[in-house]
Amino acid sequence: MTASEVVEAVKSKFGDSVRETVEFRGEHTVVVDPEVGKKVLKYCHDELAFDCLVDLSSLDHFGEDPRFEMVYELYSYSTKSHFRVRFPVSEDEGKVETVSDIWATADWHEREVYDMMGLLFDGHPDLRRILMWDGYPFYPLRKDFPLAGRESDLPDVAFTGQAPLAGGPFVTSPSSASTVKREPRSREID
Amino acid sequence: MENELTNSPLSFDTKAENNIIFTRLDTAINWMRKNSLWPMPMGLACCAIELMAAGAARYDIARFGSEAMRFSPRQSDVMIVSGTVTYKMALAVKRIWDQMAEPKWCIAMGACASSGGMYRSYAVLQGIDQLIPVDVYISGCPPRPEALLEGLMRLQKKIEDEPSFVDQKKALLEELNA
Repeated sequence: MTASEVVEAVKSKFGDSVRETVEFRGEHTVVVDPEVGKKVLKYCHDELAFDCLVDLSSLDHFGEDPRFEMVYELYSYSTKSHFRVRFPVSEDEGKVETVSDIWATADWHEREVYDMMGLLFDGHPDLRRILMWDGYPFYPLRKDFPLAGRESDLPDVAFTGQAPLAGGPFVTSPSSASTVKREPRSREID
Repeated sequence: MENELTNSPLSFDTKAENNIIFTRLDTAINWMRKNSLWPMPMGLACCAIELMAAGAARYDIARFGSEAMRFSPRQSDVMIVSGTVTYKMALAVKRIWDQMAEPKWCIAMGACASSGGMYRSYAVLQGIDQLIPVDVYISGCPPRPEALLEGLMRLQKKIEDEPSFVDQKKALLEELNA
């Protein structure tokens, strides 16, 4: 089954719940309603032979509504095709159904999303932070969290402070200017 | 002839007498301490690779008496913090430091351990000196083994001048007078 056939199969099965299909350089993506998110993924696993969840991640579209978005990167070992499923998650809800019962590997990936972005996973067997420690009060990968960090203190467990950015962060901007111009340097962030 | 001398009550033992050196206790203790600095290798990132190189045959940290890398804090004298100290690791480093017996010293090896280095970030402690006292900072990212050896020699220089016994004596005298 080729990737475009997969898109057609999902479309015919879920109809209007498929909001958008994207094809970019041979990569196929479907954007679906959050309500059918898990059903689509389960269908991909059970019927379309996507037996491998390559990765699972989240996006923060800060300032937009819905704010968050989940991205699932699927791969099929039998048909050797890639497929991507995305769906939005609103900030008020902030909750996604777990897929760790479909692909066991999702366990730690979902813990990372919870740790870094603060999304909760319904039905997750062990939803703890994976990189930061339990009790750390922030979600560092959200757009409104400063790179320098914020102060926190959990006595005898861990503490954090603010890093001196000294005019930074020092980042490159994409352009066709000379390497000297493109050199990472201090820039104001709006 | 020699036997006659050594057996006579007026003679002295040339072997022993020639090997006696008069010095101050502090100097003797410091001499022993500085030439057997056993490191606690706190290898947290890539600096630890250079630390290993410093310990291997080409640079051979054993030339300075520091070849006995002790993975037990109770047996080590100098903690070499080599690498990025994250906040999650910070208190573990502190705890290991607290378990080391006095006298103890600390070398902050490389940019990260000294100041957070390039990690101006929410996750990284901006210098191990925020938690434990540092004797020698070594620049570099990572520093070459020669730089670590130079740092070690600086630390040896520092230990040479430590008046620990004199201080103890002064404190004892003050206690007796009080």
